[in-house]
Amino acid sequence: MEQEKIAKEMFSPAQLDSAKSEEISKPSLNYWQDAWLRVKKNKGAIVSLVIIAILTIMALVGPHLTGHTYEEQNLQHNNLPPRIPVLENVSWLPFDGNLTRKNGDVYNAYEQKNVEEYYWFGTDSLGRDLFTRLWKGTQVSLYIAFLAAAIDMIIGVIYGAISGFVGGRTDNIMQRVIEILSGIPNLVVVILMTILLDPGILSITLALTITGWITMARVIRAQVLKLKNQEYVLAARTLGLSNGKIISKHLVPNLAGVIIINTMFTIPSAIFFEAFLSFIGLGLQPPDASLGTLIDEGFKVLQLYPYQMIIPATVISLIMICFNMVADGLRDALDPKMRD
Amino acid sequence: MEKILEVKDLHISFHTFGGEVQAIRGVNFDLLKGETLAIVGESGSGKSVTTKALMRLLPESNSEIKTGEILFGGKDLAKLSDKAMQKIRGKEISMIFQDPMTSLNPTMKIGKQIIEPIIKHQKLSKSAAKKRAIEILDLVGIPNPEVRFEQYPHQFSGGMRQRVVIAIALACNPKVLIADEPTTALDVTIQAQILELMKDLQKKIDTSIIFITHDLGVVANVADRVAVMYGGKIVEIGTVDEIFYNPQHPYTWGLISSMPTLDSDDEELYAIPGTPPDLLHPPKGDAFAPRNAYAMKIDLEKQPPMFKVSDTHYAATWLLHPDAPKVEPPPAVKRRQREFLEMKEGN
Amino acid sequence: MAKYLTQRIIYMVVTLFLIASFTFFLMKIIPGTPFSNADKLSDTQLSIMIDKYGLDDPVPVQYANYMMNLLKGDLGVSFQFNNVGVTDIIIKSLGPSATLGGLAILFGTFFGVILGVVAALKQNTWVDYTSTFIAVLGKSIPSFVFAGLLQYYIGVKLGWFPVAFWRGPEYMVLPTIALAMFPLATASRFVRTEMIEVMESDYITLAKAKGASWFEIAFKHALRNALIPVITVLGPLVVSLMTGSLVIEKIFGIPGIGEQFVKSIQVNDYPVIMGTTLLFAGLFVLVILIVDLLYGVIDPRIRLAGGKK
Repeated sequence: MEQEKIAKEMFSPAQLDSAKSEEISKPSLNYWQDAWLRVKKNKGAIVSLVIIAILTIMALVGPHLTGHTYEEQNLQHNNLPPRIPVLENVSWLPFDGNLTRKNGDVYNAYEQKNVEEYYWFGTDSLGRDLFTRLWKGTQVSLYIAFLAAAIDMIIGVIYGAISGFVGGRTDNIMQRVIEILSGIPNLVVVILMTILLDPGILSITLALTITGWITMARVIRAQVLKLKNQEYVLAARTLGLSNGKIISKHLVPNLAGVIIINTMFTIPSAIFFEAFLSFIGLGLQPPDASLGTLIDEGFKVLQLYPYQMIIPATVISLIMICFNMVADGLRDALDPKMRD
Repeated sequence: MEKILEVKDLHISFHTFGGEVQAIRGVNFDLLKGETLAIVGESGSGKSVTTKALMRLLPESNSEIKTGEILFGGKDLAKLSDKAMQKIRGKEISMIFQDPMTSLNPTMKIGKQIIEPIIKHQKLSKSAAKKRAIEILDLVGIPNPEVRFEQYPHQFSGGMRQRVVIAIALACNPKVLIADEPTTALDVTIQAQILELMKDLQKKIDTSIIFITHDLGVVANVADRVAVMYGGKIVEIGTVDEIFYNPQHPYTWGLISSMPTLDSDDEELYAIPGTPPDLLHPPKGDAFAPRNAYAMKIDLEKQPPMFKVSDTHYAATWLLHPDAPKVEPPPAVKRRQREFLEMKEGN
Repeated sequence: MAKYLTQRIIYMVVTLFLIASFTFFLMKIIPGTPFSNADKLSDTQLSIMIDKYGLDDPVPVQYANYMMNLLKGDLGVSFQFNNVGVTDIIIKSLGPSATLGGLAILFGTFFGVILGVVAALKQNTWVDYTSTFIAVLGKSIPSFVFAGLLQYYIGVKLGWFPVAFWRGPEYMVLPTIALAMFPLATASRFVRTEMIEVMESDYITLAKAKGASWFEIAFKHALRNALIPVITVLGPLVVSLMTGSLVIEKIFGIPGIGEQFVKSIQVNDYPVIMGTTLLFAGLFVLVILIVDLLYGVIDPRIRLAGGKK
């Protein structure tokens, strides 16, 4: 048999390195390192982050690139389709300045109007440069995104944390307030606010401030209530840690994931809401540009000049998709249930 | 005695992000008609994976039976189609799970959950199946079975739920019953009741049982034979008496030493040092070697074969090699054995 | 159960009362006259109007009147249409809105559930990825963009369905699809997550161990358990339909509540705004109540406990 061949000396005691067997083979990663590894694996989320970054840069830089302001009108140059140097020679790209009449004739609007200038994304019915207006509108959307995130993180988190942490009568009162506020559909509050003030960026900002934080406050309160009774918090309390220390050392790090995930999901719905209000005429008013107003204006001439709606529609869809993808990716990465 | 199930050289791997985890690395055993075979071992030793493989319940998305055969009634279960496997599950081989709180469908009446396999496998009418289900509920000791038949799982206590799970498993008089730690999640008093019930039912139905546990006390109570698993392999297999009174593998020694007994309160409880092997990168030699105080150089180089101790008793340790130095089991094992004997005589 | 129900209904009434008061006082502090053509009216005409609608009564009196009328189901008289009751206006435009909303939620949740179940059962296959893709688009593309594109490409270019108005079943197709996208996407994501979780649960393994077929496992055991939590998102979905219906009705020219509401806001027709707000709020609270009751019907654990989870 095979085992007969084994040398005698093999049966002498082995030198065991006891330290080695206790070695932990997997490098230990903290929560954030682990989360970042997971986000990195999610290609959709990474691509989305890059697109958001590009859109943000364009929103800041874009309005200054063409030399036109967002409200400058040039009626001689109205309703010009997109035309971009170089790209205009690529036949399958819609950047050649051509338009199609209802009867199917294709003509070059720039030649017909004798326009030398290139309007990269075309002009609207008042001859305003759509490239500038588009990025101006994107600015509004990103401002709303930032605002919604800030409201969620500041009002929502603080309200929820106080309500959950203090408890008792305070919690009771704070919860009744939330119940009343959430009993009214968000839409109604926002619309009432926009009538109370004049439609515009200010009224949308205020409306969001009133309603935007409720979900976050609820989630945070529930989390705080759950965490408050966890053994390690009880232990910290027993050891005489102050409330402030308990909040900053134990609760906040555990809440961070929930806060980020919730904020990320608030952002696209806030962006949608602003665009939606502007679309139905309750948000920004012309000549101010928002993606919602651009789509509304484009929608009116959709059959003749489809580019006027399709370009802003693409941008807002892109923004929404990217924020949703990032939110999904972060949820998958930060949800402790998903960790193995 | 007649062999009802034969497992030959079973290898199972899981495909994870980190790579291939070789959870089962060559498992062999037979199950005889009417016997109870206990499989013991610590978490991650592969005992649950082995039995899930017998039922082909491992997730298809990330697990794979690499090689090996599971012979049952002239068929190799490892290669059976899904359709054919459905006819075996619940009818020929059935299973009891660890946690009765989660193993019943919360939105389906108890009765329906029991008659489901009866109608499916025995082709009985609904009313006949109901009659049979009530009989089984009665058999597993559930009072008022007619009333209980119409109730939902949340109206049952943990012990009662486990009785229901047993009733479901036994509904079609299976040839093999796999019990995956059926008492671990229960209160100690309920544990004893469920064990008694299983022993009792085994006699009545004449089924073979594979009993997975990490509790040697339970093993001594129910098993005819014992297989000790470590690192995805069976390291020792024998009758209950052989494993308890003549253990050969250092891991079995460790298990026995770390078993709490009534007298153990005056001494420190023994714990096997170290951690289970990383099956993502299985060791070249004996998987237990790094935790083995008796390890030899060969243990680090080569995996030990199964050495025969008696016709029924085998162990995979180089200590049984004729050239190996003679090693006595540690004194703790001897002490436990004395206690077992005293308990036995006391009974 | 009866006690629970009464308790919930009382709570509902209190919420609605608070909302009604809130809406009323908010409307009172809004600047401007309610008459859109105020500058064309002479002072006498204006004072007659103001007198007629009781606008110069002290605010508490107006409030009491409003509340009393509310109890009788009278939401007051519209300013923009002379002497037409708000209740009548709402009832008249309720039909198209309810039809559209009902169709959208039926269509959306039905296909959403199917898409979610299929994605969960075929996890990490092209089916799953396609379903994810549809869901991300459905959640992300604003309903007005989607409606506009549908109208242009399917209605105008392909001419398959009428582009606008509300004159028969074929007119319902495009608005229903546009409105159903969001519920479809939400339901499919939610069902997928739940279904995957349920499919990994112990009782599904036990069902497998009983010899149940793939079909029996998916539809007899898993689906019901996966659908229970989905009911909780129905509430928010109905609310999203209210929002959605505003733009969809505007785009497709459907004479529903949403369109009426937007018009009323533009001409400061307070009674209609208040009436609609109350209707929205009432629906909202009612939906939450129904969702809770539905939860009890479908989940035996709650039904027999007789209260909330």
